[in-house]
Amino acid sequence: MEIRTTFHKKLREIQDEVLVMGSMVGKAITSSVKALKERDLDLAHKIISDDLKVNQKRFEIEEKCIQLVATQQPMASDLRVIISVLNIISEVERIGDHAEGIAKIVLMIGDEPPLKPLIDIPRMAEKMTDMLHRSLDALVKRDADTARKIVAEDDDVDNLYDQVFRELLTFMAEDPRTITRATRLIWVAHNLERSADRVTNICERVVYMVTGKMEEIGASKY
Amino acid sequence: MKMNSELLNRNAAINNNVKLSTEGVNLYYGSFQALRNITLDIPECAITAIIGPSGCGKSSFLRIFNRMNDLITGARVEGEIELDGINIYDRSIDAVELRKKVGMVFQKPNPFPMSVFENVAFGPRRHERHGHNLGELEDIIERSLHQAALWDEVKDKLGQSALSLSGGQQQRLCIARVLAVEPEVILMDEPCSALDPVATLKIEELMRSLAENYTIVIVTHNMQQAARVSDMAAFLMMEEDRAGVLVEYGPTSELFTNPKDKRTEDYITGRFG
Repeated sequence: MEIRTTFHKKLREIQDEVLVMGSMVGKAITSSVKALKERDLDLAHKIISDDLKVNQKRFEIEEKCIQLVATQQPMASDLRVIISVLNIISEVERIGDHAEGIAKIVLMIGDEPPLKPLIDIPRMAEKMTDMLHRSLDALVKRDADTARKIVAEDDDVDNLYDQVFRELLTFMAEDPRTITRATRLIWVAHNLERSADRVTNICERVVYMVTGKMEEIGASKY
Repeated sequence: MKMNSELLNRNAAINNNVKLSTEGVNLYYGSFQALRNITLDIPECAITAIIGPSGCGKSSFLRIFNRMNDLITGARVEGEIELDGINIYDRSIDAVELRKKVGMVFQKPNPFPMSVFENVAFGPRRHERHGHNLGELEDIIERSLHQAALWDEVKDKLGQSALSLSGGQQQRLCIARVLAVEPEVILMDEPCSALDPVATLKIEELMRSLAENYTIVIVTHNMQQAARVSDMAAFLMMEEDRAGVLVEYGPTSELFTNPKDKRTEDYITGRFG
């Protein structure tokens, strides 16, 4: 017989809110790359202002976690859920900051002509947001195996980053006038690469939540 | 019958870390089996908490360590129960002497209707064959009340009735009474369930300081209390026939964060009770 119905309902609500926050941040990353591709400065401004909502969401979730710790004395897996969520929302919030960072680079680039058609950067964004959503899905489903697999996929993002870096280096070597624009694109790619690393941190927390063991699952190349 | 205390003392150095141990313990009250096949080692100078739902045999289990179950008609114990490697159910062991080494604190503070002084003096007077002189007795009483963190509160009213003390003070007096006979093990059966939160925290602090020199085993319904004070925790529950079994036993830090058994997990997270 379930006894702590109210407490467990609140615990589930917190996890639902993490999904909402993850979806906000995933959208921010996707929009930031769209803004870059389409030189959409309005969209870039919106991403920057929306980041405040992400931060707000993080504080709300954190506050709810603190309330549960203070009033419900969570134990065992319940305790691990709360501790994991507290760590995860900070990673998710930082991914939001990376999206904001990309939006700011978009504003810097302004209406400069594109250096080249963007191919690998959108791929990085797509891969990274897919990893993010699946990692939070693994959180809700208590799926440590999936979380471990997602960590391994960080190599794909790193490889794309290598590719972007090499390609832009070639541009810069051939024509020093491209250095500013190429460097900015490297910054964008770096933001995406770091975001994927943060997803691997989320996955490590999911593994902890399920198994109770803290483990470094995979060290990123960068 | 006199306890073979020499034998007990000689073996005190053996099993350095294990103070009490049980091996395949079964406890029956008549035809009803209250405990089944309980095996565990209780470390010395540490606090071991016994938790579990009502009726799972926690208190019965605690009482086997000072043979309190002997006092219940029809109670029968099987298996090995050792203190410092000595079988405490051996014929040569005198239960009264055993209870001097293994003291007990109960759920409700139960001071005797006499003065604070006489309450603490009661044990030493009873156990000391040749009798103490007053000076020795006063030393014992002051030391015991200090150890029980009660001295400062009662030093000016040692002659007053113990019943005039608050509930929390009465419980610490009962702890002082146990300490006065210099036990090695202190069994506590729900020692805080009749106390308010502040008095409870005082007892818990006291337990932590006593654990430096004494082996403490506590039965508690309060899981947060077990989590706060204990070093080791044992989770007991009833099986179909209502016999209590040991489900899980391990360091408190692990049992409350990452229990190995799903039944422990379900119990401590309130998914069943």
